[in-house]
Amino acid sequence: MRQFLRVAWVVMRKDLTVEMRSREIVYTTVFFAASCVLVFAFALVREGRPLEDAAAGILWISIAFAGTLGLGRTFERERHTETLRALMLAPSDRPAIYVGKLLGILALLAVVEAVLLPMIGVLFHAPVMASPGWLLALLFTGTVGFASVGTLFAAMLVRARSRDVLLPVLLYPITIPVIIAGVRGTAAILQSAPDEPMARFWAALLLFFDVVFVTLSLWTFEPLMTE
Amino acid sequence: MKRRLVTVVVLVLAVSALALAGQPPATPAAQDGFVPVNSLPQAEQLPAAPLLIAAYSFVWVALMVYVWFLWRRMSRVERELADLNRRVQNR
Amino acid sequence: MSRVFAPLAFVVMALFAVAPIIVSNAPYEQTMGLVQKVFYYHVPSAMLMFISAFVCGIASAVFLFKRSAAADRVAVAAGELVVLFGIVVLVTGPLWARKAWGVWWEWDARLTSSLLLWMIFLAYLLVRRYGGPGSEKLAGAMALFGMANVPFVYVSVNYWRTIHPKTSVVMTLGPGMRSAFWFCAVSFGMLYVLLLTLRRRLEDQQAQVERLYLALDD
Repeated sequence: MRQFLRVAWVVMRKDLTVEMRSREIVYTTVFFAASCVLVFAFALVREGRPLEDAAAGILWISIAFAGTLGLGRTFERERHTETLRALMLAPSDRPAIYVGKLLGILALLAVVEAVLLPMIGVLFHAPVMASPGWLLALLFTGTVGFASVGTLFAAMLVRARSRDVLLPVLLYPITIPVIIAGVRGTAAILQSAPDEPMARFWAALLLFFDVVFVTLSLWTFEPLMTE
Repeated sequence: MKRRLVTVVVLVLAVSALALAGQPPATPAAQDGFVPVNSLPQAEQLPAAPLLIAAYSFVWVALMVYVWFLWRRMSRVERELADLNRRVQNR
Repeated sequence: MSRVFAPLAFVVMALFAVAPIIVSNAPYEQTMGLVQKVFYYHVPSAMLMFISAFVCGIASAVFLFKRSAAADRVAVAAGELVVLFGIVVLVTGPLWARKAWGVWWEWDARLTSSLLLWMIFLAYLLVRRYGGPGSEKLAGAMALFGMANVPFVYVSVNYWRTIHPKTSVVMTLGPGMRSAFWFCAVSFGMLYVLLLTLRRRLEDQQAQVERLYLALDD
């Protein structure tokens, strides 16, 4: 078990170290997410002003799109330098490599969300500080659900054709329930009178999804990555 | 492995019990069970018939189209298989 | 196998020819009237969509973990049938809903999750077709997630406030409706077995063709 965690940690540290050198993926993904929010804010207007009820939906859409982009770019880098194959050749627990890559993606999405939340608060007058505990719980469980499936499929697609368009094609039908739960829970929290029981319900459902998706991903990572 | 599976199953059941302690079900018409009746007011029948016929026809058409495509592909592959078998034997 | 095929196909066609008669003799439903009879084709198709998703998921698991190519061929066949029966469900449902609920579509839990299940298996077929070499394994992973989705779709209607009829409906049917329903369910079930076998045989033959091409190249 400790070996497993150590491998995961090492993989994640490698990803973060490489990223910190150029910071290319972080900057471009955050910028893309922010642009997404703006595009939707200006597309969904009522009487010339952004729809305030749409804040939760726009937040999660931007996370999903930015996440897909970030996943694609991260694994493109892996493919370019063939590090994934090198990792596979190492005598370590394959699922640990998956967990390491997942942690790296989660770190990226955490940065994105840290930027998006204040944006949402300001642009939509949303009370993001009203129930920070539940909001963070929803964001965390939702992001894990999305990223767990995304990491698995992005890793798989490294060697496939049409990989850029296939990632969303595969990812979205499976993670739409996660997005739905995230949006409904966040909307409950961002109301003028935060509905905490509702948020708890959706957070519990997200936790359920997380358990199922992470378990399935851990089971299938090894047979999928070996020839 | 089995211990992991058991832990996951218990976790899933616990979390789902939590998650599903949520909403009271509402019961609009005909949700829990169908109530059979033998006659029907004349006014009811006509507007529904086109939808019913469309539904049944669609099922038939979809199944037949699929079977037709399957048939075409199968005959093509069987021809190719026969041809290849002949070539292998002639070698 | 071919000895069983012809009689089976005949039986299936006979069943389907008789089905409309049986359905028209079934009693009407009190609130929904004539349009409720879509039920006799809609629900068996939905049941087969779920069953096929399970078959595809289990076959994909066997393919991934036991590296059985034969299991992969079953998975492809089952995957196509999920999409086929899914189309049937997603078209007959709205035709029924238009009369019963007044709208073609509602974003409630059952309809949304069924649509997503269908899309997952549509993506399964897309990735097999366009993913290039090695895409069978990727598709297999998709099928596993799709299979995990099925219980969720099934129970969604019991736990969420939704206008779709609950799962208790099938078990509490009256005698006239019950016999008509199970007649149609059995017909569809036999049709499913027939189609699955045919489609799988097509895959087997294509694999054989490829083997022969490779043998000829030597």
